Amino acid sequence: MRLAVVDPGSGNLASVHRAVERAAEMAGAAVQVTVTRDPADVAAADRVVLPGQGAFAACRHGLDALPGMEAALNEHIGPRARPLLGICVGMQLFAERGLEHGVTPGLAWLPGEVAPMDPRGPDGKPLPLPQMGWNRLDISQDHALFAGLAPDAHAYFVHSYAWSGGRPEDLLATTDYGGPVTAVVGRANIAGTQFHVEKSGLTGLTILANFLTWSP
Amino acid sequence: MLTLRIIPCLDVKEGRVVKGVNFVDLRDAGDPVEQATAYGAQGADEVTFLDIGATHENRDTMLDVVSRTAASLFIPLTVGGGVRSVDDVRRLLLAGADKASINSAAVAEPELVRRAAEAFGSQCIVVAIDAKQVTPGRWEIFTHGGRKATGIDAVGWAERMAELGAGELLVTSMDRDGTKRGFDLELLRRIRQRVRLPLVASGGVGSLEHFVEGAEAGATGLLAASVFHDGVYRIAQAKAALAVAGWPVRPEEKAA
Repeated sequence: MRLAVVDPGSGNLASVHRAVERAAEMAGAAVQVTVTRDPADVAAADRVVLPGQGAFAACRHGLDALPGMEAALNEHIGPRARPLLGICVGMQLFAERGLEHGVTPGLAWLPGEVAPMDPRGPDGKPLPLPQMGWNRLDISQDHALFAGLAPDAHAYFVHSYAWSGGRPEDLLATTDYGGPVTAVVGRANIAGTQFHVEKSGLTGLTILANFLTWSP
Repeated sequence: MLTLRIIPCLDVKEGRVVKGVNFVDLRDAGDPVEQATAYGAQGADEVTFLDIGATHENRDTMLDVVSRTAASLFIPLTVGGGVRSVDDVRRLLLAGADKASINSAAVAEPELVRRAAEAFGSQCIVVAIDAKQVTPGRWEIFTHGGRKATGIDAVGWAERMAELGAGELLVTSMDRDGTKRGFDLELLRRIRQRVRLPLVASGGVGSLEHFVEGAEAGATGLLAASVFHDGVYRIAQAKAALAVAGWPVRPEEKAA
């Protein structure tokens, strides 16, 4: 199986690359991983991982700077109907728009937008931002990606913006940070995690391994 | 609920783990890759490497350690020590670090924090603050392993670093480091009152109660070295102490 990890610009994808390789060992899958900025690699891939770090607008502009990449991603998830996993800002890019220093259009694969968080504790006091650390996954809908997870599985989050205004049927899991925060979205052959699967220990590797064997 | 993070810190010099008491009397204690992986298996929520006495010559040694660690550690890894430029941050991230910690260089050139945050995102930029109490109610920044006074007010500095784009603050009490008397709680409280960033408390852990006190003072991460390295406590004991006191912790998972 060919798997393309799309590099939207940061270049810091060593962790994702290594985690996919470890997950492939766990899943017993033969996976050839390519970290790429070339849409031809996406066109040739059986599965795509779309990571992203930093700001929504920077990642979006990073993708736009790769001629043919958005079209190749749309072709991959649409006509070719192949699986795609978004991670962190890569997941946020599924939305229609990001609201960070103005409005930036997303890939508009799912209804929703990415808005600033302002989490509050029970006493009304502001909680630290970004949300940085391990938080529990509260699974809203059963999904192939969640197979084999412990009931109290925790994942590693780092974000100050969160998905909002989506459809309930696209919401797969939330986490609690001053109220429910979107943790996993998905529809048909695409899924995205707000948390870093590549840094979420066994929980993250299990989700990645499930992605490698997922037949949506 | 977001859980408290327990973070063992490994001091690394020339590719080997050492440990310090008040930043002197270093002694060799092994391979950082093995130790980091072992802490990951023990349930550490993150691991921090501090490159002690980082020099231009041994920078590649540290990058190699980071790269080999990242190949087998699937939890966040923060690396600090000798980070002086945007390029230094880039090299650490490319080697597999998740966060780079900037200390003395931020004091010398605060704009470095902004540039690094703009280049890579705030999420991977930690500013390390080494503070010492100078008079009641006032703490100042010290650099160069605590040897050099700067006259800068630590709480105001924390606010400024947040404004420049730091994603996290690592606050070390130079008074408490190596003493086993617990974190400087007043310092943590004052920074917490003024700054919304995640706050990692460092310096002084000697008992399990100290972890709980750090959480109560507003830290979201609790860093310790010798109590873990010397085998006084295991990571799970620190988490159990927090859990008993009512703080959320990440449950143990089978080693990945």
